[in-house]
Amino acid sequence: MAINVSLSVNGQAVSRDVQPNRLLVDFLREELGLTGTHVGCDTSQCGACTIHLDGLPVKSCTMLVVQADGARITTIEGLAPDGDGGDLHPMQEAFRQNHGLQCGFCTPGMVMAGIGIAQRHGLPSNDVIRAELDGNFCRCTGYHNIVKSIAAGAKAMAMTGAKTVAETGGE
Amino acid sequence: MDIPARLPDPRKREKKMYRFEYHKATSLEDAASKRSTADDATYLAGGMTLIPTLKQRLASHSDLIDLAGIDGLAGISVDGAVVTIGAMTCHAEVAASAALRDAIPALADLAGLIADPAVRNRGTIGGSLANSDPAADYPAAVLGLGATIVTDKREIAADDYFLDLFETALEEGEIITAIKFPVPKRAAYEKFPNPASRYAIVGVFVAETEGGVRVAVTGAGPCAFRVSDMEAALAGNFAPDAVAGITVSADDLNQDLHASAAYRASLVTTMAKRAVAKAAG
Repeated sequence: MAINVSLSVNGQAVSRDVQPNRLLVDFLREELGLTGTHVGCDTSQCGACTIHLDGLPVKSCTMLVVQADGARITTIEGLAPDGDGGDLHPMQEAFRQNHGLQCGFCTPGMVMAGIGIAQRHGLPSNDVIRAELDGNFCRCTGYHNIVKSIAAGAKAMAMTGAKTVAETGGE
Repeated sequence: MDIPARLPDPRKREKKMYRFEYHKATSLEDAASKRSTADDATYLAGGMTLIPTLKQRLASHSDLIDLAGIDGLAGISVDGAVVTIGAMTCHAEVAASAALRDAIPALADLAGLIADPAVRNRGTIGGSLANSDPAADYPAAVLGLGATIVTDKREIAADDYFLDLFETALEEGEIITAIKFPVPKRAAYEKFPNPASRYAIVGVFVAETEGGVRVAVTGAGPCAFRVSDMEAALAGNFAPDAVAGITVSADDLNQDLHASAAYRASLVTTMAKRAVAKAAG
């Protein structure tokens, strides 16, 4: 039986009828067209599907939409809401500046996880960043530039007081 | 940002999971009643094991009853010599709790070793204990500290709780509401993680409690178990050397592609030594 869910996605109110066995990642990608959130392993190992749920990084391939009823969700698309030509989120900009990606498949999850690391640890050491990236896999870069990017992004976030859409409510 | 209209064929991946009905319980009574009237229902806590299991079609249920909306099931409180952790408290919250870190740092450390940060934001202590995965971390702490499992019906001592592979003393429909941990004099957890999954190949929790020394092992057997020979040795001499010569039999231990039973038996001694060294610190 379909269930009505109402949630905030990147600051926009969304209300839909969904099947109980609908995964959050599929809902975001297929119903809302937010294909920046990727499906990698689909077994909650790789972190390509990482989004923010009420401000905390979670794996959207391992969550039902119905569990997110009433929640505030931020996806990679919500970090720089103005799109092309607009300012990137400091963490996105740090990935760009530090060449923190090659093929880019894991990048949305890396950026969302990176913001979570910065929010939890402030200015994390490289060791902390590496430990905190346990649940995000990259098969191209060898992680070195990802760690550099997150360190730089955390620094930029601390300087600018950057907030995600989840924290500001899309204001 | 415009959200486009429904795209074609969103049903394809929906077929991964068998269909089920979903209910959000408003109270413990509501949850138990919804479960008893459904055909083959199960409870949903954080879902970090249940949802992957459903996705792989290793399980199917007629109904999922979500416990996330029930008030009062999450949170950590320290009251003198007892720490109470609500069943729906997520691992990240346990790892980050300053009050818990003061009272039982080994337990906060253990929570920070479970899975990865994103999973720790969803997975719950009650869900982990109800599932009783043989390689989960919490069972070692619950048994090692001699905790009490509080349910909607009764209190269960840790020593009576873990029965076998994915089998606990919980009765059909019984709901864990909290876990009460006595504060030990000293304790530590050492884990040899599977490098891919971070589950424990072997984890050993050692505690010196009011009731004596306890040594609890996860990952090695069908469920968490104590090692009485090590406990007796540590009671006389709380030092790594005391357990260095004590081994558990490999006969009933787990064996898989990650580690043989004999290797797991060897790891029990090694992790016990490290845990004692850390606790004695």
